[in-house]
Amino acid sequence: MNTVSVSTSQISVSERVKAVAAALIVGIALVYTTGFAASTNVHNAAHDTRHGLAFPCH
Amino acid sequence: MVTRVLTVSILAGLLAGLIVAALQHVTTTPLILKAETYENAMRDGAGAHLAFAQGEARIILAHGGADHAEGAEHDEWKPQDGTQRMLFTSVTTIGTAIGFAALLLAGMLAAGDSIDPRRALIWGACGFLAFGLAPGMGLAPELPGAASAALQARQLWWLATAISTAIGLFLFLRYEAPWLKLLAVVVILLPHLVGAPHAPTPESKVPAELAAHFTSLSLGIQAALWLVTAFMVGTLWPWMSRRAAAA
Repeated sequence: MNTVSVSTSQISVSERVKAVAAALIVGIALVYTTGFAASTNVHNAAHDTRHGLAFPCH
Repeated sequence: MVTRVLTVSILAGLLAGLIVAALQHVTTTPLILKAETYENAMRDGAGAHLAFAQGEARIILAHGGADHAEGAEHDEWKPQDGTQRMLFTSVTTIGTAIGFAALLLAGMLAAGDSIDPRRALIWGACGFLAFGLAPGMGLAPELPGAASAALQARQLWWLATAISTAIGLFLFLRYEAPWLKLLAVVVILLPHLVGAPHAPTPESKVPAELAAHFTSLSLGIQAALWLVTAFMVGTLWPWMSRRAAAA
């Protein structure tokens, strides 16, 4: 039953701004940590993922 | 709404990350391990003498530079080969997938799009073009052991390319005005006209066939990660919305 609309433009603007901000912060923080963080330990833990997903490594 | 964004990101990223981590385990990771055997052989053997003889001190050899001198290597932590290494790789892949899911949701919510599997997949495909293919054209995905320019310069170019490609794709797909479409093309091309930072001389002793195979595989794996994550986001968001509406 697809009677509930899922268009996100009907959600109030302030709700959307908050949701977008939260998603951006989480997304950037995670991708930065797994793909870019310079810490040697983080690099070594994420090494195979960085290479395997075509991030610049080393 | 914030809760729903976080829940969908985590669930979608977890599911997609698990699937893609399994794919990595049988595709890219074996090639990385194989490349490391060449890299180690080079570091222990003729490679060191060769680099010395050429006086190419500026070349940054993955794992082989001054930071990775024999003494220093024992101090730094890294996951043990085998299960531990596989677990860390899987966890980081899941983390990346959750990050991609959150970025995807941020874009779709900011644009006011309906979120369904088909639309989410279009966003996912554009995510791969921006974060995978476009940066990969300048900085080909590398196996360990390849020579490359300074890491920070490459990361900066990679990020700038990803962001400008994303902006360019959005402008091109969302606006009708011809000058905006033209601007979009310019924005997409700009980082490639500037050019990616490269190492002065090639250095890798890994066979070219192996490296080429790895390059296409890792781009394919990133595409899979984007598409599976997008499909999960497009499926889970309406489901969560219906649950919220019914409650």
